[in-house]
Amino acid sequence: MTERTAGATPRRTSLMQLDARTKSRNAAEARFKAYGLGAITIALLALAMLMFSIFSTGSSAFRQTYATFEMMLPAETLDPKGNRDPAEMAKVTTIGYQNVLRGGLIEAVRSAGIVPDGVADSDITGILSPEAAADLRNRVLANPELVGTVVDIDALAHGRIDGYFKGRVTMQSAERDGNITPQRLQLAQAMTDNGLMAIRFNWGFVTKPDASDQRPEAAGLGVAILGSLYMMLVVLVLAVPIGVAASIYLEEFAPKNRWVDVIEVNISNLAAVPSIVFGILGLAIFINFAHLPQSAPIVGGLVLTLMTVPTIIISTRAALKAVPPSIRDAALGIGASRMQSVFHHVLPLAMPGILTGTILGLAQALGETAPLLLIGMVAFVRDYPDAPPAGLFDPASALPVQIYNWTQRADPAFVERASGAIIVLLAFLLVMNAIAIILRRRFERRW
Amino acid sequence: MNDMRIVERLVSTNEIKIAARDVNVHYGSSHALKGVDVDILNGHVTAFIGPSGCGKSTFLRCLNRMNDTIPSAKVTGSILLDDEDIYDPKVDPVRLRAKVGMVFQKPNPFPKSIYDNVAYGPKIHGLTRSRAELDEVVETSLKKAALWNEVKDRLHAPGTGLSGGQQQRLCIARAVATSPEVLLMDEPCSALDPIATAQVEELIDELRTQFAVVIVTHSMQQAARVSQKTAFFHMGNLVEFGETGQIFTNPHDPRTESYISGKIG
Amino acid sequence: MPLFWTFLIVLAIAALAFVLGRRGAVARTAGDSRQLHSLPSYYGWYSFILAAVPALVVMIMWIFVQPIVVEMRTVSALDLPEAVSTADQNAAMRQVRTVAMAVQDALASGAMTKDQLAAFATDPAPMGQALRDAGSSMLVTVTPTLYNAVDVYLGTSNMLAWIMTVVIIGLSLAGVFVAISRCRPDFRARNAVEKVTMSILVMASVIAIFTTVAIVVSMVFETTNFFSQHSWIDFFFGTTWSPAFQGQSQLGLLPLLWGTLYISFIALLVAVPVGLFTAIYLSEYATRRMRSIVKPLIEILAGIPTIVYGLFALITVGPLLRDYFAQPLGLGTSGSSVMTAGLVMGIMLIPFVSSLSDDIINAVPQSMRDASLGLGATPSETIRQVIVPAALPGIVGAILLAASRAIGETMIVVLGAGAAAQIGLNPFEAMTTITVKIVSQLTGDTDFNSPETLVAFALGLTLFVITLGLNIVALYIVRTYREQYE
Repeated sequence: MTERTAGATPRRTSLMQLDARTKSRNAAEARFKAYGLGAITIALLALAMLMFSIFSTGSSAFRQTYATFEMMLPAETLDPKGNRDPAEMAKVTTIGYQNVLRGGLIEAVRSAGIVPDGVADSDITGILSPEAAADLRNRVLANPELVGTVVDIDALAHGRIDGYFKGRVTMQSAERDGNITPQRLQLAQAMTDNGLMAIRFNWGFVTKPDASDQRPEAAGLGVAILGSLYMMLVVLVLAVPIGVAASIYLEEFAPKNRWVDVIEVNISNLAAVPSIVFGILGLAIFINFAHLPQSAPIVGGLVLTLMTVPTIIISTRAALKAVPPSIRDAALGIGASRMQSVFHHVLPLAMPGILTGTILGLAQALGETAPLLLIGMVAFVRDYPDAPPAGLFDPASALPVQIYNWTQRADPAFVERASGAIIVLLAFLLVMNAIAIILRRRFERRW
Repeated sequence: MNDMRIVERLVSTNEIKIAARDVNVHYGSSHALKGVDVDILNGHVTAFIGPSGCGKSTFLRCLNRMNDTIPSAKVTGSILLDDEDIYDPKVDPVRLRAKVGMVFQKPNPFPKSIYDNVAYGPKIHGLTRSRAELDEVVETSLKKAALWNEVKDRLHAPGTGLSGGQQQRLCIARAVATSPEVLLMDEPCSALDPIATAQVEELIDELRTQFAVVIVTHSMQQAARVSQKTAFFHMGNLVEFGETGQIFTNPHDPRTESYISGKIG
Repeated sequence: MPLFWTFLIVLAIAALAFVLGRRGAVARTAGDSRQLHSLPSYYGWYSFILAAVPALVVMIMWIFVQPIVVEMRTVSALDLPEAVSTADQNAAMRQVRTVAMAVQDALASGAMTKDQLAAFATDPAPMGQALRDAGSSMLVTVTPTLYNAVDVYLGTSNMLAWIMTVVIIGLSLAGVFVAISRCRPDFRARNAVEKVTMSILVMASVIAIFTTVAIVVSMVFETTNFFSQHSWIDFFFGTTWSPAFQGQSQLGLLPLLWGTLYISFIALLVAVPVGLFTAIYLSEYATRRMRSIVKPLIEILAGIPTIVYGLFALITVGPLLRDYFAQPLGLGTSGSSVMTAGLVMGIMLIPFVSSLSDDIINAVPQSMRDASLGLGATPSETIRQVIVPAALPGIVGAILLAASRAIGETMIVVLGAGAAAQIGLNPFEAMTTITVKIVSQLTGDTDFNSPETLVAFALGLTLFVITLGLNIVALYIVRTYREQYE
């Protein structure tokens, strides 16, 4: 037994007085915390800037300038035979309609008495988009009875006129511009003041097909949205069954051996392979080897399927893993086979998780651009594809590729269109993510 | 039951190191600790016993403000360390924890070398001026924790490579190295085998010559073996606090008696 | 769509088989399904599988084999010289295919009858014009040999398509008969169905392997093709990238690799500190409320498609950097630059780094934090000296994964980095990357026999090897790290 008194005498320093070292340590602590807050601020600021940039340039794409006036559609030029037969009337070309439309516009503007002196008729007609006549022709052919009556015309204004009202074109820039003159801008302003020109919501932006370089005002996303939709259809039909089947095998049945290990490593690596490599694969296999058509949604869908399968496998496996083993034991305990226990009990319970993962995988595929560039989706397509399945082989565009396409064009009006298209794309993604979140919230189960 | 003591050491002081008065702890809406009054004496081992969830660990964590790390915890009442309220807004918990060290239930050495584990505290608090001094602190701390002889040849091996009992003694050495005035131990032996437990218990008794030691345990034998004072907690209340011998042989409160005789727990 | 119809017919037969198999099995027990070994529907599924699976497997194989057979017969009809190169043979085949396609369209639309087509056999010269009149855009002049080859091509294709339809429907029907004769009460239908289901599951998981093999094979094949036409020394060690159409192209990888690495480096310089500090703040300091707001917001960044970042670089970041940094400092006049692409890519990678680091930091046990705090360390000391060192391997893995993403990223660099292949240090100059050149060499009119096009496959293979290497190392590190704390 040792006898000892208390050891070292304790240092009696008050807790209340902070020495220099503690102060500097606390300062370091505050600095460190500030770095963290700074990092979060940077990230959120970047997000805000990104969103602001896209929405401020893109939201005007949903509004478009139209010349609105009344005119008589002359029967003698538009339906020379006079029997209102669309097949007969189709022989009148767009040029014919253009002359009619121009005449109507000149008359409407002149009779309103707003034309400044020295403005020629060519200046008046120059405010119309070349696309306006084609629109009128389609409208008449769809409803031949319009011929010979007085109708309300909504004619697309020229892209530069539209740009003037959106602040993209100014009187100064118009002087140097071969496509527009200051006189036309003044006329457009006068027409607006007299109710002959208006800016309205532009449904055409989401329904109409792409337009050529000179007609940004007419360019729409119709074909691109349809193309993306077709590709998502292919991905849904192929990637989901394959992904779910693979996950079931790997999670529920696969033995623990080298072979299965190879598959697993392979899947996680495949999920990280750059998307453009899948584009090269698609080009080499589906187009050069299998001779599938270029620009077709089927090829895009196949490439995106290969890209999406690993994502779906990873999320499906997580969902299956979350189902507790007791459920499997319970099923096996009453004499079900392993296959029955998986398909009757485990799979239904994992369904919400699988669906959520699938939707997120689809959302990722929807925004993918690079691989589609390589399989020819970047081509200029104006015709809507047919209904599936035949339409899957028709040329089409895709939303993200259309955006890329528009960024490559010279007219700055296409920047507005590209940003507007991004708003549409983000809206689709938002809806998909919202569905995923609702599914998760609604069916989430805690074991 | 006094004969269960490992050694009987004389204690020179009887001064109060920590005085807790009317301490209440709330976790969100649950009232985890209700009006506790305890005095921790220098040179004593004070044991907190009681069934699981009785509030003994919660109270221990109040003594060096480890509860601050739990956002929902709210502590009221006063805890005085050398007559200074540790919950005073002017008090820096960092300084407090340097004075009131802590050893945890599960051995938790850092994934660093044995040397760096022990040197961690002195380094962050700037207790040494030179490498030689630091070496000395590491050596004395490991000696105090009765680990020096086992590890002196492999100070730069990872601390996680030691056995469970060695790891816990390493954690004690780590806590000792900052030269605290109070050492809190939260069930330090619950993850150890009987031999390692005996070694650690021996160590605790030695340590009380230098610090006030507070130990939480749910083993009554351990409390009886190592402590001079025992506090019995039950459902958030401090039921009884007194000399260990008295608590185990002649408890005043019927609840203490039921617990000690194994009827509740 | 005869193929599609065949597919539907097989499905219809299989559906019928399901009904017959199920009924047949039940009928053989005189309506008491308890005497069956398996549930009645398993007999139905067994019949369904027997009717559908062999037929569809043959159909898929046929789809792959048929073009090869057709091509072999067509090539022999083309009467090419013995020593013809693969490239010339491919070009000839492409002609045949173009004309054949036009003929098929013309026949389908009714613009040309079979008799008219047969009439061209004696004098095929006007056939090209006739096809153009029928709406085709092809410009090939039809020679007698070509006519002959097209005839063989169409004839073989048609014949094989018919044989396929007959074989497949026959197989399907045979499956039905076999199934019905086997569906006796003591037949273990469930086990048979489960066996087939299992093999379908296995095949689905093997598709991942097939994809990888297809990637590697397709790229290696075209890359060897490329190296047979272009010096590998120039590709790997050349410092000039200037494709020319008259041959004499210099296709050096180094300037592209430099641009790729430089941009990725800047991206990581942005993403790693911001992402790491974000993760640290959110997991160690932030209140629950703040976390629940900030985390989803940062995850939005991860869900935004890269084309959106590309446009952001093009219309906002590029001009901003040019007007406020590059021009005032006299460093450059281009909106597309290494800095533009790097910064935007860095923003894109922030959520990637932060969510990976978040997982990794949370994997460090709470007891480590308690130990350090209990010794009187401040939270930042705990993070810097205990948590980050403990999590370091995982964080390194996360950074490698982020680097692999940066290297493979395409749209941001296509729109933000420019197209000038050069090696330089000025970050405000336009440079280009491997991915940009893959896109530019493979879009538009491409000729798959010229080294200028084929180089894209060599670039793709290089990219694949680099990213795969990074991924394997990173995944290995992360996995080992996770196991340490499990």
